[in-house]
Amino acid sequence: MTVLTQILKNMLEHAPIIKSTKEFTATRNACKLCAPLGASIAFKGIRGCVPIIHGGQGCATYIRRYLISHYKEPVDIASSNFSEEATIFGGGANCYTALDNVISQYKLEVVAMATTCLSETIGDDVNFYMQNYRKDTELKNLPHFVTASTPSYQGSHMDGFHEAVASTIKTFAQAGEKGRHINLFPGFVSTEDIRQLKQLLSDFELDYVLFPDYSETLDNPIWGTYKRIPEGGTPISQIETCGSAGASIEFGTILNQGSLSGRVKSKNLSPTGAAFLEKEFGVENHRMPLPIGVKLTDVFFNTLEKVSGKEIPAKYKGERGRLIDSYADGHKYIFGKKAVVYGEEDFVVAMTTFLDEIGIDVVLAATGGESGKLEEEIRKYCPERWENIQAKNSFDYEKIHDWCLSNKPDLFIGNSKAYYIARELEVPIIRCGFPIHDRLGGQRIKHVGYTGTQELFDKIVNALIEFKQDHSPVGYKYM
Amino acid sequence: MVNKKDYTNGLPDPSSLKDEILKKYPRKIAKKREKSMVINDPDQDQEILANVRTIPGIITQRGCTYAGCKGVVLGPTRDIINLVHGPIGCSFYAWLTRRNQTRVPEGGDNFITYCFSTDMQDENIVFGGEAKLKEAIREAYEMFKPKSIGIFSTCPVGLIGDDVHSVSREMKAELGINIFGFSCEGYRGVSQSAGHHIANNGVFKHVIGNTDRERTGKFQVNLLGEYNIGGDAFEIEALFEEAGITLLSTFSGNSTIESMEYAHTADLNMVMCHRSINYIAEMMEEKYGIPWVKVNFIGADSTAKSLKKIADYFGDPELTAKVDEICGREMAKVKVIADVVKPSVEGKLAMMFVGGSRAHHYQDLFAELNIRVVSAGYEFAHRDDYEGRKVISSIKIDADTRNIEDLVVSKDEAHFREDLVEKKETLKKSGYNFSDYAGMMPEMKKNALVIDDINHWETEKLIEFYKPDVFCAGIKEKYVVQKLGIPLKQLHSYDYGGPYAAFGGAINFYKEMQRMLATNIWKLVDTPWKHEPEIVGSMTIEA
Ligand code: SF4
Ligand code: SF4
Repeated sequence: MTVLTQILKNMLEHAPIIKSTKEFTATRNACKLCAPLGASIAFKGIRGCVPIIHGGQGCATYIRRYLISHYKEPVDIASSNFSEEATIFGGGANCYTALDNVISQYKLEVVAMATTCLSETIGDDVNFYMQNYRKDTELKNLPHFVTASTPSYQGSHMDGFHEAVASTIKTFAQAGEKGRHINLFPGFVSTEDIRQLKQLLSDFELDYVLFPDYSETLDNPIWGTYKRIPEGGTPISQIETCGSAGASIEFGTILNQGSLSGRVKSKNLSPTGAAFLEKEFGVENHRMPLPIGVKLTDVFFNTLEKVSGKEIPAKYKGERGRLIDSYADGHKYIFGKKAVVYGEEDFVVAMTTFLDEIGIDVVLAATGGESGKLEEEIRKYCPERWENIQAKNSFDYEKIHDWCLSNKPDLFIGNSKAYYIARELEVPIIRCGFPIHDRLGGQRIKHVGYTGTQELFDKIVNALIEFKQDHSPVGYKYM
Repeated sequence: MVNKKDYTNGLPDPSSLKDEILKKYPRKIAKKREKSMVINDPDQDQEILANVRTIPGIITQRGCTYAGCKGVVLGPTRDIINLVHGPIGCSFYAWLTRRNQTRVPEGGDNFITYCFSTDMQDENIVFGGEAKLKEAIREAYEMFKPKSIGIFSTCPVGLIGDDVHSVSREMKAELGINIFGFSCEGYRGVSQSAGHHIANNGVFKHVIGNTDRERTGKFQVNLLGEYNIGGDAFEIEALFEEAGITLLSTFSGNSTIESMEYAHTADLNMVMCHRSINYIAEMMEEKYGIPWVKVNFIGADSTAKSLKKIADYFGDPELTAKVDEICGREMAKVKVIADVVKPSVEGKLAMMFVGGSRAHHYQDLFAELNIRVVSAGYEFAHRDDYEGRKVISSIKIDADTRNIEDLVVSKDEAHFREDLVEKKETLKKSGYNFSDYAGMMPEMKKNALVIDDINHWETEKLIEFYKPDVFCAGIKEKYVVQKLGIPLKQLHSYDYGGPYAAFGGAINFYKEMQRMLATNIWKLVDTPWKHEPEIVGSMTIEA
């Protein structure tokens, strides 16, 4: 054992260790990504922010590459480019140079730094570095700083995402006289979902802070002249007012209750932004699953009615009515079909609830997340059928694959990564969630609200009709 | 905004552009970047600063050592289980993202569609992950019964001191299959390039020479540094097959570990991507006496030239006749398409910033279409890839290079091919060129701007200055460049197209250029310089 490991061991021995809940040893085709990727997405939702990943340049390059191919947008994420030296003497020098260069290259408002397995393993304290930098630099007009501790051996990309959101809120939210505005923390949804949600809040005539808002920063119009920092994002001035909001709405019921938050960190007693605001500033938090399907969207609208004091606008009543009407029309094509749903935990809970509502039998609901809470949540939202739903935490695609070999489903619902299984089984796959690498517009898929559900519903029904049509010996044009 | 430059008398002098770029940097950085930007003069020996650490905070397109080792060199080989020892991300991100293709024979193994990871958790980081690694190896063996397993360490593993080599040895003894490890932690080197070297060493040590196979052909060769992106290897393999050349093994497109094990029974090594694989070529020559030559199958002319070079090496009249026949036939087909495409693309401007050899190889394809390459550079190459192998002895060995083991290779008396050494000597006398790579810069035009490890800021400025018609790079640059209204062709993954190698590939590429440069969508993007008249250069490229 090296000296370094010895030091490390001594250092960490007293911290509680997060035990993995996995049964298998190796992960084969993981159904999760790593923590700083999630943090980077969340940080992209701050206006004028450039994320820096503190660690080896490979992490940043890989993460950029992955985000770029999903969002089909420039995604600038800097790295502190660790060398072997930095792993021995600490990443301070690299961190300062990275800050210097990012600040001088971009006209930015916020620098956000996420750690990696590497910097966390050597015990680098980026908060300390940031403070030092602020003290020592000669640069004027420094941007705001925020950090997130995101070692991937303590959590997936979702944990990283929520950690970044929580950390941003903790860093910037301020106390103030109670306002009439509300906070919406939508979690990890698509850029189109965010645009939808903003429209919806405006239709309720609500003042709001939606964070993180990467609807523009990660889904920009074409430019013509280059903008080093894309427009859009939640401004810090707005995030500051989160502390004086009338209420918070937070999508997701599992959130980051996976491994990351299990580790007791002094600053981390409230794992999410909304929980922190409730505890520190008394901002009432309405936590609910992602609004997918009628039942869950109703929950969201009821809450909006409550916090706004306004009745649901006629437009949405119409949307809801049409959606249910289409449920009736499409029912015959989908009833009793067996689906496999997979992806992030909160996504899986909401999607399963929606499918349950329209009469599709979710046979397997799987996630790479490690909260151990998936089954409990599904039981809560699918009270009638939960016993028939295999809800699996810590699953990877090969486990899904193995499982499907003896329980062939009729369709897959989730991101691109299970395509190979669907292809082998010759069943359709409805692409949604993250990441989508084999279709155009993956970043724009709509999931939430009545109209998001409508689009999902149509896609599912049509995929099943198409499947039937293609496999019929007769070329029916009426189906 | 200025007009498009006048190219009638060659490429414009980019000194002002260079100054403008450097002006923005702090002094120390400017000094360093200055040396990595060379205004080319093929008549002079110019030095470029390459293979040095990227400056933190400057957004680079470079990846890490692990990416070069696992992703590039070993990723495309289908009969080995590549198990990544580390937390999940490193493994996930290298999961078949390079679009390597492989053709699996009936009943053959193919593991490249999998991403195996020990998915280290908190307790493994604190107490060490060796036990978990062993379990994972046993499990992989039980499940798939592979003939070999490769173990790749990522950054955290190196730090906590897990020894993947000793675990590999132990498991090799226990399971009786070939198991070997790579210390390819991302922080070990400047870029992917360090990982290539580590992979070369590992494959040479643990694979090459494991089995002596009887000769199966009259002309046995290996192809080194071809990764079968978009099916390139299939095009090349078909040519060899028709010519009667036996391709023993490719490192590593469409390859197997099994074939690498008898690669030492070849008569010649052909090196395609010099950067990533020259180490194996050199070591095989030292150990087995197999000479190597540089080839290039990107571009129709280059393909014909490379094929003829191989025929010349063997000096067999029948082979030479066959190669001539193939080249004649295929070049005629290529010409038909080139004649159709050329008028619409001739005189256009291209720039390319990729990899460690593609930025050079693809210039041949553009030259065939009379498209001008105004600027180019590599992401992770060394000075020799720019300036030629003649500079190798003068390259400064820095700490990062010293980090990577230089294998001591000695002659394998039982397998050493004295006959090939003699053949080489004879051919050399008649002017045949062995073990050489001239590099990119001597083959580029005067005033072309050569930039190593280009970053975002420089890319932007370059586009503003040249207004190229097509920019070649990868997915990371794609949307930055396209936001500016310039089409970007991915030369790492081919934009999910290809193949572009050999004659058939050249035809594909011509058509692709025609499509890209003729599309109307870019006219919808209002680029500022569209409002001013363009100075149109002459439509031919001056020699
Ligand atoms: S080291 Fe950690 S942060 Fe970096 S890519 Fe690997 S899993 Fe992700
Ligand atoms: S942790 Fe190291 S090996 Fe893994 S992606 Fe990052 S730099 Fe590469």
